[in-house]
Amino acid sequence: MKKAITVALAGNPNVGKTTLFNTLTGSRQHVGNWPGVTVEKKEGIREYSGRTIEVTDLPGTYSLTAYSADEVVARNFIIEDRPDVVVQVVDASNLERNLYLTMQLAELGRPVIIALNMVDVAEGRGDTIDEKRLAELLAMPVIRTVGTSGEGLLDLLDAVVAIAAKGEKHTHTIGYGDDAEALISDLVGILDDDPDLAPRYPLRWLAVRLIEGDADIRRVVSGSSVGDAVSARLADIDFDEYEATLADKRYEAIGAILPQACTICVRKMTGSDMIDRVVTNKYLGIPIFLALMWGAFQLTFAVAEPFMAGIEYIFGWLGEGVAASVGPEWLASLLGDGVIGGVGGVLVFVPNIFILFLILSILEGSGYLARGAFIMDRLMYAIGLPGKSFIPMLMGFGCNVPAIMSTRTIEDERDRLITILVNPFISCGARLPVYILFAGVFFGRDAGNVIFGMYILGILVAILSAKLFRSTVLPGESSPFIMEMPPYRIPTLKNALLNMWEKGSTYLKKAGGIILIGSLIVWFLASYPAGVGYGSEESFAGMIGKFVEPLVAPLGLDWKIAVALIFGFVAKEIVVSSLGVLYGAEEGSAALSDALLADPALSAAGALAVMVFVLLYMPCVATLAVIKKETGSWRWAGFSVLYGLVVAWSLAFVTFHVAGFFLGGA
Amino acid sequence: MSPPDPLPIPLDTVITGEKARVVSVRAKGQLRKRLLEMGIIPGAIIESIRVAPLGDPVEFRVKGYNLSIRKGDASCIEVVMEVE
Repeated sequence: MKKAITVALAGNPNVGKTTLFNTLTGSRQHVGNWPGVTVEKKEGIREYSGRTIEVTDLPGTYSLTAYSADEVVARNFIIEDRPDVVVQVVDASNLERNLYLTMQLAELGRPVIIALNMVDVAEGRGDTIDEKRLAELLAMPVIRTVGTSGEGLLDLLDAVVAIAAKGEKHTHTIGYGDDAEALISDLVGILDDDPDLAPRYPLRWLAVRLIEGDADIRRVVSGSSVGDAVSARLADIDFDEYEATLADKRYEAIGAILPQACTICVRKMTGSDMIDRVVTNKYLGIPIFLALMWGAFQLTFAVAEPFMAGIEYIFGWLGEGVAASVGPEWLASLLGDGVIGGVGGVLVFVPNIFILFLILSILEGSGYLARGAFIMDRLMYAIGLPGKSFIPMLMGFGCNVPAIMSTRTIEDERDRLITILVNPFISCGARLPVYILFAGVFFGRDAGNVIFGMYILGILVAILSAKLFRSTVLPGESSPFIMEMPPYRIPTLKNALLNMWEKGSTYLKKAGGIILIGSLIVWFLASYPAGVGYGSEESFAGMIGKFVEPLVAPLGLDWKIAVALIFGFVAKEIVVSSLGVLYGAEEGSAALSDALLADPALSAAGALAVMVFVLLYMPCVATLAVIKKETGSWRWAGFSVLYGLVVAWSLAFVTFHVAGFFLGGA
Repeated sequence: MSPPDPLPIPLDTVITGEKARVVSVRAKGQLRKRLLEMGIIPGAIIESIRVAPLGDPVEFRVKGYNLSIRKGDASCIEVVMEVE
């Protein structure tokens, strides 16, 4: 059995890399994280002509200068893991800029194959591309592909197998002009004196990175035996100047190649331009954006409703079945109240979350999300955040965990921190069950408006907190906003569904694991010490609730809500399931809604306070874990908990008293 | 040698629909790196396409694709008007 061929899939963002990866590996994918960072790592396997091909999807990058985590991951993988072949997916309709990355990949010493993607788009609008000539000029194979239809896929696999069999290094690199080349060759000479460097890095690439002022590489070299000699040679160099020269030379090389292999049609007006005339129009842009967001929102909940009803029915039936047939009584209670009640209450919201992610990935795949960032940037900038934090903010409405993970695209560390810290205030899907329950019970026909108000409040708190953090704990300018506006494309259903499944299953795992454990803890605390009434004041849960009751009393809440809020730390939807458990004990088999309405301790104003508190108080345990991981310290995670609690308590207090004034009950 | 260029102006003052040629990128650090690798290098032709509804950022076309830059960042890019 021959060794597997390892392939790294590289490319700019928006070139159809993910589509090609999906077509290439089908369902045989594994999604994880790169070690040490939370940039998503996708791996897939393909069997082809008797060989196993392992494909690693690198993060989409414009360059390999390594000033964002994505770029560091991509470049370290190629340097350290030495894939047999690097396949760069190139957008044939945007060759000039795409080939900039090619110029850098070529310097990393691994064999490169160009997958000339979206040729259909380029040729459809009148460009002609001679890929054989392009391959000669670039000194690397160029294969035409259409990721969406799978065209050219077998040719690409043939090329991968052929190149891997040869096992040659790529040695064809561009020249940077006499001045830079003299410097590069001096540096290569110096670097060659350290026998440890050459086996690990292509020396020419190291030299190029050094004169472009790459801080990471400078650190690596400083730690080597030739560190001093390199520093001496670099002592009086204008890095900015070289950086510009090298970028210029790369584009110059591309400029010399392209006219020999392609003719590019000059276009006055593309379809994308026409759409943009409308959707980014001075007067229509913002209303269209808001309407789309509102539509996405409505769709998420309207489409999910029948599924939710179905799941509720099944879990209700299961619960009754268990209660009737399982003995002893404690086991029936554990299974019925703890497991089925807890997990069922969570699973019921899975349809919402799946549909939301489906819509988000369609918006992203179509290219509209970039327009959203374009439209919102002025506003985001005004509150001290980069336009790029718009996407994590939007994702936050689904779940804060992937949202916080998606902040990886923000280069500036302070911008990232602020985006992470305010994200928990964006109302995630898990908080919705709490709103639906309380707003539904206490506000009837106005429930929709109340719930919408919660979302708006979350956004406002996030904005004000961002401003506060920017002027206090994390001062400084926000980072530059330079974003590609990709042409509009029709998103493929397969991609959207795969994306939905990935994101949705993250939530499912959370529901199955952490939340099940949380439900069992609730069940235990509500059932013991042995012999107490389930969820009664004498149970452990009741004791804890009673203990913290004075803290929530000013918010119009009693010990039962306090218990639910404490358990809600495990995951916010647990607030609902623990209330089910707590009230279920008192009200027998009556539905939770009736029980809440019948509770004299709870008023409409109190219900509003609960919703505000649940919206704003500390992030759930999964979000907290991600904050810790993303910020690299428990310090920021702890800060997030404390800040959230203070804000939640203060605003719930104000809400209870103001609402009490209008609605009565305070 | 071609005749001397007219005085360079900052990119953010180029009005929508006009084309200009990049003379120099007077940015530092991250901004400079990003601009250069996105193809905003001296000599590149850049066209102002549209302004966002709230007045900032601005969408430009360079090297056959579109990208958006904030006016503040665009002011670091010196250009001369390109006559068609």
